[in-house]
Amino acid sequence: MRSSTPDIAALQQKALQFRREILETLQLAGSGHPGGSLSAVEIFISLYFYKLQYHAQDPKWEDRDRVIVSKGHCSPVVYVTLANAGFFPKEELKTFRKFGSRLQGHVHSKVPGVEFNTGSLGHGLSVANGLALGAKMLKKDFKTYCILGDGELQEGSIWEAAMMASNYKLDNICAIVDYNKVQENGLVKDIKNIEPLSDKWKSFGWNTLVIDGHDFNQLITALDEFAGCRGKPTVIIANTIKGKGVSFMELKAAWHGKAPNKEQLAEALKELK
Amino acid sequence: MELKPTRDGFGEEIVAIGKEHQNVVVLSGDLEDATRAEYFKNAIPERFFNLGIAEQDVVGTAAGMSLLGFVPFACSFAVFLTNRAYDMLRLDVCYNDTNVKVVCSHTGVTVGEDGASAQCLEDFAIMRVLPNITVVCPVDFIEAKKATRAIFNTPGPMYMRTGRAPFPIITKADDPFILGKANLMRPGNDVTVIACGVMVSEALLAAETLKNEGTNVRVLNMHTIKPIDAAAIVEAAKQTGAIVTAEEHQVNGGLGSAVAEVLAKQCPVPVEMVAVADEFGESGTPQELLRAYHLKDADIAAAVRKVLKRKK
Repeated sequence: MRSSTPDIAALQQKALQFRREILETLQLAGSGHPGGSLSAVEIFISLYFYKLQYHAQDPKWEDRDRVIVSKGHCSPVVYVTLANAGFFPKEELKTFRKFGSRLQGHVHSKVPGVEFNTGSLGHGLSVANGLALGAKMLKKDFKTYCILGDGELQEGSIWEAAMMASNYKLDNICAIVDYNKVQENGLVKDIKNIEPLSDKWKSFGWNTLVIDGHDFNQLITALDEFAGCRGKPTVIIANTIKGKGVSFMELKAAWHGKAPNKEQLAEALKELK
Repeated sequence: MELKPTRDGFGEEIVAIGKEHQNVVVLSGDLEDATRAEYFKNAIPERFFNLGIAEQDVVGTAAGMSLLGFVPFACSFAVFLTNRAYDMLRLDVCYNDTNVKVVCSHTGVTVGEDGASAQCLEDFAIMRVLPNITVVCPVDFIEAKKATRAIFNTPGPMYMRTGRAPFPIITKADDPFILGKANLMRPGNDVTVIACGVMVSEALLAAETLKNEGTNVRVLNMHTIKPIDAAAIVEAAKQTGAIVTAEEHQVNGGLGSAVAEVLAKQCPVPVEMVAVADEFGESGTPQELLRAYHLKDADIAAAVRKVLKRKK
């Protein structure tokens, strides 16, 4: 599964497969969030199939790296990733958003591999800080990763947490911003501009890396750079495309929170071969 | 009678618990001097964190630490933690069912001179509506120590209200304290006053006055607002036939409402509520404000006389 010398071509194939499975899962559910799931596919693959230390059969292994998914609406990419990583049977993806399913609409810790229930934005970074601070107190080497949305950065609580992490020199935390440029009702820059984003994080005391979030080489390099950074937290600003891989979904706010129907799924799958 | 604030009880006991248990941490929103979390900071600085004036961050960080087996106590003024960080309490603490202990001082009008912005009058209402959490309001300094230990010993989300102003110590060290179990402070069979926090002292004063009028008042200390002691409420209703509630909180949604919910379903009897009448507080001394907002023993006595007229 995980490898120290990544086969980039294989990861790219996996990304195509994940995008297909995300859309199939959403079509069956009849609702959910494709845009911010498709944009984060390479981020999750880089974590779960390159960087993270975990045991899928022992999801509570105490030395595992922690992932807090602050943008909890990207549950489709989270669940597809965890199923493919062996945390639970892929068959279960068909129950997404259905009554009685573990696969709640927003990420939930009853799903093996999910650390924390989210869904309300602006929560994850503080929780991840708590894990990182606790790890330092316990002298544990595991790392904590926090997946943030870009629209979510409009929440003030994110910046409370950003200040805390650098103040406590939490060099064992890595925030990854899925900077897909689109939020529920339009472009982030039009609704409430978060630029200059890199300068913001730098001014809050973070080791700030700006990359193409669909390029596995850049993701892997950035994740390795985080592992070597001492004395300050790291943020990876991953420039991505909302709805990546499906032409009629890309950069369209309408596909933030709407599932494809059967015809739209068929159209999308043609582009994901 | 010795006077001490409940916040001091928390401050003293959390130090004792912290010395016994390495997994106790205290997180503060830069009000540890006021909440008495400072006692812990001075005794065990390596497990104390002032996260600055950032209540949302305090709650979220506490939830994250709890995932590793720490027992975090998150402390600030009640208005700032329960109101400002409410979504974090809802999601990070209650929905995730994390072992976070929220301890807030500066509650009720007895906050005093700081005025309405610092006087939390809605914490019972907004905390008890959340699933998974226990809501506690110790009656005095001694009970605050017991309550601090009880919320540490009981797994899961806990909210504890403490007060700023010194009030009489009316319990003893060996009195029982069990979360969710009301304490009988005075026996009586004509009417029951169900009170919490500083209002228990006022209820006991009212009971003494009413005794001279030939009315025997039962006084219950309902230190746990949630889960409420329904058995004690129903027993009081059956045996005394009329209930008065008394709390330093808004009349809507607090102890009075919680008691009325039980009675409406299980044993309807006349109820009168002594509480803040859907308005904000103001500056003044605690005693001036208790009088101004009709939270004194005389107000409880008046409510008792009124409810007795309604009693069949």
